Amino acid sequence: MIGAGSPFLERHRLRPIEAAWWLVALAFFFVFPEYLAVATSVLVMALFALSLDLLLGFAGVVSLGHAVSYGIGAYVCALINLAGWHEALTGALLGGAASGLFALAVGPLILRLTGLPFIMVTLGIGAIVYEAANKAVWLTGGDNGLPGVTLAPLFGVFRWSVFGQTGYLYVLGWLLVLFYLCRRIVASPFGMALQGVRENPQRMRLLGAPVLRHLVTGYAMASAMAGIAGALSAQTNAFVGLEVLSLNTSIDGLVMLVLGGVGRLYGGLVGAPLYMFVQHFAQQWNPYYWMFLIGGLLIVIVRLSRGGLLGLVDDLLRRVRRGEGT
Amino acid sequence: MLYGASYGLLLCIISIGLVVTMGLMRVVNLAHGAFAAIGGYLAMGLLTPLGVPFGAAIAIAVLAVALFSIAVERVLYVHLYDASELDQVLLTVGINFIVVAGLTLAFGPNVLPTRLPPSLATSVDLGFRSFETYRLIVLAVGIVVVGALWLAIERTSLGAQLRAAVDNRSMAQSIGIDVPRLFSIVFAVGSALAALGGALGAPLLPLEPLYPFKYLVLVLVIVALSGFGNVKATVFVAMFVGIVDTAARYFLPDSGAFTIYVLLIVLIVWRPEGLLSRRGVT
Amino acid sequence: MSVPALEATGLQKSFGALKVTDDVALRLEAGSRTALIGPNGAGKTTLVGLLSGTIRPDAGQISLHGRDVTRDALAFRVKQGLVRTFQVSSLFTKLTVLENIFLAISENAGASHDLWRPAGRRRNLIERAEGILERLHLIDTRHRRVSEIPYGEQRLLEIAIALALEPKVLLLDEPAAGIPTDEVGVLLDAVASLPPDIAILMIEHDMHVVRRFATEVYVLVHGRVLTVGPPAEVMTSPEVRAVYLGSSGQSRFAGEAHGA
Repeated sequence: MIGAGSPFLERHRLRPIEAAWWLVALAFFFVFPEYLAVATSVLVMALFALSLDLLLGFAGVVSLGHAVSYGIGAYVCALINLAGWHEALTGALLGGAASGLFALAVGPLILRLTGLPFIMVTLGIGAIVYEAANKAVWLTGGDNGLPGVTLAPLFGVFRWSVFGQTGYLYVLGWLLVLFYLCRRIVASPFGMALQGVRENPQRMRLLGAPVLRHLVTGYAMASAMAGIAGALSAQTNAFVGLEVLSLNTSIDGLVMLVLGGVGRLYGGLVGAPLYMFVQHFAQQWNPYYWMFLIGGLLIVIVRLSRGGLLGLVDDLLRRVRRGEGT
Repeated sequence: MLYGASYGLLLCIISIGLVVTMGLMRVVNLAHGAFAAIGGYLAMGLLTPLGVPFGAAIAIAVLAVALFSIAVERVLYVHLYDASELDQVLLTVGINFIVVAGLTLAFGPNVLPTRLPPSLATSVDLGFRSFETYRLIVLAVGIVVVGALWLAIERTSLGAQLRAAVDNRSMAQSIGIDVPRLFSIVFAVGSALAALGGALGAPLLPLEPLYPFKYLVLVLVIVALSGFGNVKATVFVAMFVGIVDTAARYFLPDSGAFTIYVLLIVLIVWRPEGLLSRRGVT
Repeated sequence: MSVPALEATGLQKSFGALKVTDDVALRLEAGSRTALIGPNGAGKTTLVGLLSGTIRPDAGQISLHGRDVTRDALAFRVKQGLVRTFQVSSLFTKLTVLENIFLAISENAGASHDLWRPAGRRRNLIERAEGILERLHLIDTRHRRVSEIPYGEQRLLEIAIALALEPKVLLLDEPAAGIPTDEVGVLLDAVASLPPDIAILMIEHDMHVVRRFATEVYVLVHGRVLTVGPPAEVMTSPEVRAVYLGSSGQSRFAGEAHGA
């Protein structure tokens, strides 16, 4: 078989175990109808984390400002909606496009940097955009945000119920489509080149690779995806607030991704529910205990290697296989 | 102008520790602000409920944080010296989370009201304007600390070791400088300085549990623009930031807040190695 | 005379107070087999760095097939056909042999713009990759990680990658360094089998290799070109012998003189 044995060239093959996540997500819809609203926000964050995975796990770009892409998508979608365009799918796409354009504009300038200077710039951009949104009350509603996002029935048929059924399946559908896209991108020659850039950018240059161009493309895609996530947030919450642009959100996404495992595509999808779960239950205990937990978890993960939950599972499986005698 | 200067010096005190730490140990320490916050809270905690005299409260807080930081350094940071940037970010963010949670648990989620002892809460008339005594004190302390630090680095043997290690770590090690011990000392000093900044600055930079995250960007800005390990630059940069930020907020109340951020981005993209460093080899 | 494949004039490079490259001029015709020798610290690797674009010269000009590339970026020069290998292997250690060379082929073929088709399904690229691996006897280890293959094979892989980039000018930095003597043969055969119209510059310490491979030798000392000429001439030159101080250096030449 062509390429059999080289993991990167095998990436595109579907593995049966993958179905597990999607089946669970679908089952959730039937088993826990009363939690759909919360679950929908989990799915939105999962999408956000997935977009960050593309940026961090595959392109190797450490950004603390990914919420900017998220927030731009959210606000643009909300503004379009409030201006009169109520169609859901195109609204989300337009939000994503806005974020993508932002990345195309900013990327070529900042992606020349690496390491700490780059991290700082992402922090700086995040702070500027936040402050700008804060001040531009006429546009963003400032502290009060933009309420009142209403959506026309999906495909003209499915109405948006208060119980969030349409919402959940809508977001799940987006997640599925975008996940599939991510999968293909990561398995493509471009995806390989991007990962090469992550591993050794100078070596890639010595192969004649247009490193900056690859990075900007990767960044634009991750940004657009985050923008769609933001738009979905605006649509399903019927509201957008300044939170979407905050450092908090950027860090949340990062933590979720790391919890699940970076560079595995499913990391964000596993980490988001885990994070929200911990947050939800620890918060009942005491509002701030969850921060202890998450902080502790981060430290543990860094100390034990960054594989996250999925990494742990991989390690266990490997040990089991070795135990069975190879 | 004086406001800007005192603000700047305060930032400077907090930032210097980080500049040296990052320069020497090459660790992205996002939790530096946490030490400042702890210092501030400790000092205030000693001052108000327990009635410890002001100077003593600050001194105790600083010492406590220094000792605490050595423990943290030996246990956690020591593993970061060769780790990737992402790992460093994650670990220090984790520490931040824990500290914020701890502070909220101990002191509640709101801004801690700080009351200066009556002897300090006065104004001094300098002829053309009257200024709060406290700001003058901060200015004075700032100058003394920075001066002492500069002397220590330029004139003492420890300082020489530090400069050597910043320049070339492996070289320094091979000529017998005990680098791990140096790290611990430097880290403790850096954190102590942060604590000093936090404690001293409590009336100027209000203490709240989110303190570590709030001033993170500003401190990192200063550090980045100074170039890592470049203490002299830090003084200038911090002063510059302090004055520009204060002036901008004063003269342009609407856009003041983000003038400094725009400046930061322009500067960093233009000169990633820091403003005053020399252009190195490719 | 046609336009030279690679020409450099007046190259200067200093690191601080140390002048590493001092007014160096170099000329490679298409199809030339040139060796660059000199004692340690002479600045050979720096020179290759300047030519390939990894290091920026303080002064001087470099042109590739008549086109001035002095200001051009590394990746651009590679696309124009100027390829180099490294003294210490610089490969993607976590990837397999096949994946390493696939990356090179993919970039060379412009396939890295493809966002959609899975890399594993690009038959033509994979076949090209396997073809090159076959020529260098690396085909059997193609699915092993680079970090797990013997050093000799890693050096071969470097050459394979260089070939995959369809070079017109190839700069080899001590390709045989660190390889056990019995395996050097494979590598030299590979170099010998390179297309005749490529210009090759090789940094080497081993005089046997130089003799076998080169038609022209540049001798670099303290960043300056001491002399240029055919191997026999250069190696019997008293000037050059004087430069290679120490018994190991002398015996290298002594061995040659006795027709080793």
